[in-house]
Amino acid sequence: MRKKLSLTACALLTGTATAADLNVSIEIPRLNVAEYHRPYLAVWIERPDRSVAAHLDVWYDVNLKNHEGAKWLKDLRSWWRRIGRDLRLPADGISGATRAPGTHELRFSDRQPAIARLAAGEYRLVVEAAREVGGRELLEIPFRWPSQSTQRLEARGEHELGAVIVTLTP
Amino acid sequence: MSRCVSLALLLATCLATSAHAHRLWLLPSATVLSAPGDWVTVDAAVSNELFYFNHVPLRLDNLSITSPSGSKIAPQNMSTGKFRSTFDAELSEAGTYRIAVVNDALIASYKENGTVKRWRGRPEDFARQIPANATELRVVEMSNRIETFVTAGKPSEILAVGKGLELVPITHPTDLFAQEPARFRFLIDGEPAAGLEVSIIPGGIRYRDRLEEIRVTTDAEGDFTVTWPNPGMYWINASAQDDRTGNRQASERRLNYSGTFEVMAP
Repeated sequence: MRKKLSLTACALLTGTATAADLNVSIEIPRLNVAEYHRPYLAVWIERPDRSVAAHLDVWYDVNLKNHEGAKWLKDLRSWWRRIGRDLRLPADGISGATRAPGTHELRFSDRQPAIARLAAGEYRLVVEAAREVGGRELLEIPFRWPSQSTQRLEARGEHELGAVIVTLTP
Repeated sequence: MSRCVSLALLLATCLATSAHAHRLWLLPSATVLSAPGDWVTVDAAVSNELFYFNHVPLRLDNLSITSPSGSKIAPQNMSTGKFRSTFDAELSEAGTYRIAVVNDALIASYKENGTVKRWRGRPEDFARQIPANATELRVVEMSNRIETFVTAGKPSEILAVGKGLELVPITHPTDLFAQEPARFRFLIDGEPAAGLEVSIIPGGIRYRDRLEEIRVTTDAEGDFTVTWPNPGMYWINASAQDDRTGNRQASERRLNYSGTFEVMAP
């Protein structure tokens, strides 16, 4: 309930009514394992030819001394190939700390340069997660941008990711 | 005729200890690393089963590690044991490193005072170590490249060496993915090696019944394409022979290439 309220308040404050929104909800499952580390996770938008249209987020151990957490970024294999190896991290507004199990809401809109640059067309939202001493999983959600109507698109992971939901608002 | 027979015998004997009977390989701990400052460790061995060190170590006398900018890196913590050699390399520059063992040798047979003698050694020792009164001298030149590539950060371009039999990547050697085609070119002394038979074998031989070898032949440009069936480490091997010898007394040159490549899961 509180979450809903704060979302509404946020929408009012930023005047999202006039902006096209692309919101992503990512569920990190709670796993019953002997040694648990929060996953490294990346979110981006690809064109049908797999070229990167927008890099939205990457979560990793940003706070380890000497930037040691960056050593494992290559384990986000697809992200590393398409984006990571060409980046200098940490990158403002993109990299953040790893997050705990639970559902995390990411809000993007065409007021942000990364989304504003998207030409009309077909895309895929990609979420990739890799966990130390665990596995790696990648989910893709195809969508059309901009959306003519409010749409809720969902994919469900099997081990490293739970539900990933993309909500598009014209 | 006798020349033919003795040369064949000589080659059979000498090759049996290297390319003919066994596979020569380098196995890096990783081929894709996140950033400069990371390290790799490399095993080097000669064995039948890829990539299990259970026969003899690969000698590291002719090991060279070339950094992305072209400078030579000193290997660290080198050791040679019963079954394998091993060494570490610090990747202080961003880009792709070539790790290679290149063995150039001469094999000779001759008669000295009526007795047949055999000699194998470095080309620079040949003139000094073959006696002046040697007769019926037969010399074969051997050139053997065993290599692998590792990248710290963003991959960088791999330049051709221009000498001996070599594989020049068209698809970057640390950007290989299962189910995707990769293209490479074989060169001999910098020229396309057309019609070369190439053998590609996935590692993990011990735990399967079939070799699962992929055989391809290079085209007029020396190119071939392979679509990797699965992720894992692969061994690419080819050999050639010609008479373009560097040593004037050598009648034949035998070239061999063995490369280790990592294929990632997409």
